[in-house]
Amino acid sequence: MSVKLGLLALLAEEPMYGARLRAEFEARTGGTWPLNVGQVYTTLSRLERDGLVEAVGEDAEGRIAYRLTSTGRAEVAQWWLSPVDRDSTPRDELVIKLALAVTVEGVDVPRVVQTQRTATLKHLQDLTRLKHRATGGTDTDSYDIAWLLVLENLIYTAEAEVRWLDHVEARLAREATRPRRRAAGIPGGGSGAQGRTTTPGDTTNEKQQSSTRA
Amino acid sequence: MGTTPILRMAEVSRVHGSDTTAVRALAGVSMEVHAGELVAVMGPSGSGKSTLLNLAGGLDAPTAGQVFIEGESIGALKGDGLARLRRRRVGFVFQDFNLIPSLTAIENVALPLELDGQRVRRARRHAMAALDLVGVSELADRYPDKMSGGQQQRVAIARALVGDRKLVLADEPTGALDSHTGEEVLRVLRERCDAGAAGLLVTHEARHAAWADRVVFLRDGVVVDSTGSPATAETLLDPAV
Repeated sequence: MSVKLGLLALLAEEPMYGARLRAEFEARTGGTWPLNVGQVYTTLSRLERDGLVEAVGEDAEGRIAYRLTSTGRAEVAQWWLSPVDRDSTPRDELVIKLALAVTVEGVDVPRVVQTQRTATLKHLQDLTRLKHRATGGTDTDSYDIAWLLVLENLIYTAEAEVRWLDHVEARLAREATRPRRRAAGIPGGGSGAQGRTTTPGDTTNEKQQSSTRA
Repeated sequence: MGTTPILRMAEVSRVHGSDTTAVRALAGVSMEVHAGELVAVMGPSGSGKSTLLNLAGGLDAPTAGQVFIEGESIGALKGDGLARLRRRRVGFVFQDFNLIPSLTAIENVALPLELDGQRVRRARRHAMAALDLVGVSELADRYPDKMSGGQQQRVAIARALVGDRKLVLADEPTGALDSHTGEEVLRVLRERCDAGAAGLLVTHEARHAAWADRVVFLRDGVVVDSTGSPATAETLLDPAV
């Protein structure tokens, strides 16, 4: 996803000027993706150039508000209907790091795994604290549902990472007890590994759960 | 410095069997849990999590090292003394709730107090207060089989902390619950700890461990890492935790 689509989606509600767009964007995504004003304005000028938005004049303080053109509106509609393109998201550094760690000689892989797991759990603790606060400690108060959903997404993502790390550890421990057959050439560790790790959630979880509960 | 921890384990080891058949379940583990703290223990099966919990609650004795509850070494206690300590100072919460099916919620919670010799009315009063604190006082007269899993686990937490008991030892308390209910139970545990109890929680669910102030990782009977605390002087000065 790009900043561009996020801003277009907000402008579909009503015309806004840059600073307000930025504030709205951050408020609704729970500050997980901070933008600077400059970024917002350069994006807006590009959108204007491409005919997706148009200026609707200045207010008393000289701020220029923008609204969607019909092309812009169609673009937003299309975006809501399309799945997120996973291939265009940044590659996961952790996956690459571990793939390298198991192939490079002399790396203390369990240590790499544990270091990451501790860090991820700290992150998970922070998120959980935020969630606890967001829901008013107990359960009665009204809360900001958008913020809560963003938080829970981050929580589930972090949890999946811990599970995957548990799985990596268990898998490596099993491998270590097996008669060693050195990986024949690249296929095991190259593109194959990366293809597998793009879905740490489904295939690995079952094995992971059965192994930790056994 | 500061207050006496509710639970302190000092270089605790537990070896099962002897000589050639000896299996080391726990090796030189040190940790402290203070009032107001919830500590989670994570680790693969066989890492020593349950052994740790059993030692902390006096259900098992260490082969080396010492366990202190509210400053008192439980190694020195024999039979009656140990049983009294377990009744008065420690509460357990299990995966499968372990409520007595023929007793109502309030009777279950009052039971440890009554076993400890308290009068029934007084025990009931304390039990009602404990049920109220975990938000299920309206279920006081219900039997376990008329409650949901989440409700039963709340009652179990009330039982664990009824009266003056300050240490709750929870072994996979969310294991039999769905995700949402499990979280509600964790929330109750968290709130009881915020209110002054000390909690030690064994779990393999990272999302649940994350409710703790500190997560300790066990591997082959050894503490391999910890997330540390949101920095109190004590934890900063204690290299073991």
